[in-house]
Amino acid sequence: MIAWTIYVTFAGAIVLLVLPRVFARWLALVTAVAGFAIGVATFCQHDVDLAHFRTVVRVPWVPALGMNYHLALDGISLTLVLVTGIAAISAVLFSWDVTDRANEFFFWLLLVVGGSYGVFLSADLFLLFLFYELVIVPKYFLIAIFGSTNKEYGAMKLTLYSFFGGALVFLGIIAIYVTGGSLDLNQLAQFQFTPQLQSWAFPILFLGFAVLAGIWPLHTWAPTGHVAAPTAGSMLLAGIVMKLGAYAGLRVAMNLFPQGFQMWRTTIAVLAVVGIVYAAAVALRQRDLKFVIGYSSVSHMGFVLLGFATANVFGVSGAVLQMFSHGVIGALLFAVAGRMIYRRTRTRELDALSGMNLSRALPFAAFTFVVASAASMGIPGFSGFAAEITILIGAWKSYPLAVWITGAGMVLVAAFTLRALKRSFFDVDLANTAAAPPEMEPITIPEKLGAGLLMFATLAVGLYPKLLLDRIQPAVEAMRFLK
Amino acid sequence: MSYLELLKLAAPEAIVVVTALAVLTVGLTSTRAKALCPIVAAIGTAVAIGAVLMLPSHANLFGGMLVISPLNSLFKIICLVLALVTVPLASSEKSLRNPGEYIAVLLLGAVGLMLLVGSEEFLMIFIGLELLGLSLYVMAAFDKSDVRSAEAGLKYFLFGSTASAFTLFGISFVYGMAGTTALAAIGQKLAAGPVQPLLAVGIVMTLIGFAFKIAAAPFHLWAPDAYQGAPIPSAAFIASGSKVASFVVLGKIVLVGFAPARGSADWHAMLAGWSPVLAVLAALSILLGNFVALAQANVRRLLAYSAVAHGGYTLLGIIAGGRDGFSATLFYTSIYAVTLVGAFAVVGVVRRESGGDDLQNFAGLASRSPLLAASMSIFLLSLAGLPPLAGFFGKFYLFSAAFRAGGNHGLLWLVALALFGSFVSLYYYLIVLKVIFVDQRSSSTPQPGQSNAGAARTSDFNVSTSLDLFSRITVTVLAAAVLFLGLMPQTLAARILASLP
Repeated sequence: MIAWTIYVTFAGAIVLLVLPRVFARWLALVTAVAGFAIGVATFCQHDVDLAHFRTVVRVPWVPALGMNYHLALDGISLTLVLVTGIAAISAVLFSWDVTDRANEFFFWLLLVVGGSYGVFLSADLFLLFLFYELVIVPKYFLIAIFGSTNKEYGAMKLTLYSFFGGALVFLGIIAIYVTGGSLDLNQLAQFQFTPQLQSWAFPILFLGFAVLAGIWPLHTWAPTGHVAAPTAGSMLLAGIVMKLGAYAGLRVAMNLFPQGFQMWRTTIAVLAVVGIVYAAAVALRQRDLKFVIGYSSVSHMGFVLLGFATANVFGVSGAVLQMFSHGVIGALLFAVAGRMIYRRTRTRELDALSGMNLSRALPFAAFTFVVASAASMGIPGFSGFAAEITILIGAWKSYPLAVWITGAGMVLVAAFTLRALKRSFFDVDLANTAAAPPEMEPITIPEKLGAGLLMFATLAVGLYPKLLLDRIQPAVEAMRFLK
Repeated sequence: MSYLELLKLAAPEAIVVVTALAVLTVGLTSTRAKALCPIVAAIGTAVAIGAVLMLPSHANLFGGMLVISPLNSLFKIICLVLALVTVPLASSEKSLRNPGEYIAVLLLGAVGLMLLVGSEEFLMIFIGLELLGLSLYVMAAFDKSDVRSAEAGLKYFLFGSTASAFTLFGISFVYGMAGTTALAAIGQKLAAGPVQPLLAVGIVMTLIGFAFKIAAAPFHLWAPDAYQGAPIPSAAFIASGSKVASFVVLGKIVLVGFAPARGSADWHAMLAGWSPVLAVLAALSILLGNFVALAQANVRRLLAYSAVAHGGYTLLGIIAGGRDGFSATLFYTSIYAVTLVGAFAVVGVVRRESGGDDLQNFAGLASRSPLLAASMSIFLLSLAGLPPLAGFFGKFYLFSAAFRAGGNHGLLWLVALALFGSFVSLYYYLIVLKVIFVDQRSSSTPQPGQSNAGAARTSDFNVSTSLDLFSRITVTVLAAAVLFLGLMPQTLAARILASLP
């Protein structure tokens, strides 16, 4: 049944193209909700074995070259399918005001979503790569046509970075295919690649994927891309697209090349820690609210990579949980900055925002942003805390030093988040307190619904992380590099 | 061997020749030649395709002069299909004053393609090359009202005839060494082992002619001018049919005829032979084609340089050799040809509507004609190698074949280079798409001194839209084919693989 997430989304995208414009956003919403509902329904089924990457569909596709249309599911995939659904629904809700070329907009948006479902569910390497590359071009158009600041530059940079990563991945996949003689991920997971091959193919493959996960120093596409993108685009980028890279790195690079991973994991840990601290420090100096959030995304994704590098159950499970958590929180932050604030004030400059008394003009936005910031800082009770503490426990076993440095980095995260929060909403001009808050269009119902969904998700997982961890952990334990 | 039997086996070629003559007659006599000629040509081509399907599966006449095999028949069909889709482009091109003559020459070119594909003997191959070449020279220079067309024809002719001379020279050396002109016999006569200097000269000279045909650097210099200046259907045919047939023949010559003189292109174990020569050509083409394409402001020139790069990728399969590599090359060149005809058809429509084929003429195409814009993005993204389009699978097939070949992944350097090249290429394809989807058309009228002023006849606008119907249908069909071959590559790949011995 889970396979229908892909079909429903692509079918919705195609139908969108021929439908009159008035239906576009409704159809997009229905499609996104349907995809999420399928994910939730699978989540609620108790008879599904989520500990192993179990085949859902397997149809021969190009028998001459051993390619199959092969989908499978385990706890990790399911978690990411859920976050994709949540991000998709909220992205559509926060794009409710898109009227110019609306069909096209939602078409590209649904292609990104559908391709992401495909990546998370593929059990055939070629199929996975197909979906992975399929996401690149829609992102370009979403940003270049519908974006804001410096959109063509941001879109091209993001696309070229993605495609550069894609070229590295292509090479790695060909190496796997030719030496392993198969494209089936489950079969390949049994295959013993020579250490010599692993030593060079692993870094190529992992780096290729990690470009999309925003690994330092190849992260620079992320802030510019996020800033240039329309609100829904940033939400999808932070919520889903960065996860594609991390997920594929785990599922393909680490799982197929365990020895290569052992050889290189210290390097990954170093890059991850540098990324966490560096991005947080850079975020502290940004003037544009979206840049702050963009760099915070890079910092949070650094936690995912650090979790991978620990190579133990805690660290990796925490990393998967962090992917979910950041998907939700990142989407929420961008929704506030891009839709709630920018659409009304036409500026994201912190200096300009600080004089606007926004907390009184837009109380709901202020409330949402406080929740999102708290979640982002890792306050207990939100998903960010649950994920990051799990990662750090895992890291303590492998790299104690990294935990110390990351701990310092988390202070920086708190610093830049609080700074952004204060400057944007709570910088009350004391001389001007009596003045009435500026007139602004009130927060609309779709915005409230979208924000509510995201806040609910981060709270639910924060208060009861076992909900996801119970499904993630067995799947992680089944991975080869832990044995 | 009776003449009747010969005629039976050469029926497809004969049918196309007869059709060409019929078209010529119709063009001269009928008052409605413009409408009739394409129809006659289309029917004749379709009948010829039927005749190819009726051929026996194996036959060999005159020591390889006419060989009928599943592979040859498959590619005769592909070449005929490419000629068939070029016909509607020719019918909507206004600048071609005598459609009968033009289409007749096109069909004669198609006969050249069929002879090339259907022969495994050097003399026949050379005759095929010349027949094809002469038709293409005429087609390139056909637009008498445009000086660029004349330039394209002359450049193509000068480079082409020089390249032919090299090839003939090379063939004579090879004949001197082997004492025969049949490919299979040459392959047996040539001694395995180190390549003798005389044979090396022969091989290199022979390859030069083909490097010219496939526009591999450094023999690509004609391509940008020919692609830009020639009438659109001619450029499309030069870029598609001629290329497919050349790759088929090149593959047969080196893999069958020069099999003992293969050498090795592996990184640490280069060995004299044809494969290092082709590897150098491929590497140069990939680098030069992609980097020079970055700087182009004219879409046709851009397509020409990208064609140079694609020629480089396609060579990878032949260098890899074997059944796997050759079938990857054949698959890639076929889908490339389909894609490029489509792209040229779009360029043709845009050129008639907006009076030029520079990048700025494509601005706002998405709002003017969503269908053309969508088709163009399918073609360009397929060229860039993005899923779910045919080019993506083609590249995967090609690069994995190259990676597999050679000892200890010796061709890794070429694969990495090709991947780097296709990374670079995405930029210029995206720039075209950006212009189509993001930019808005500027309201200013085209400048009188603009490069393609010859086609800027806005008063003909209404006339052209009805003629463009054929072009638009062709574009849509080709875009659907590219998408279909991307989703179901099995349909073509398995057929090619099965036809190879």
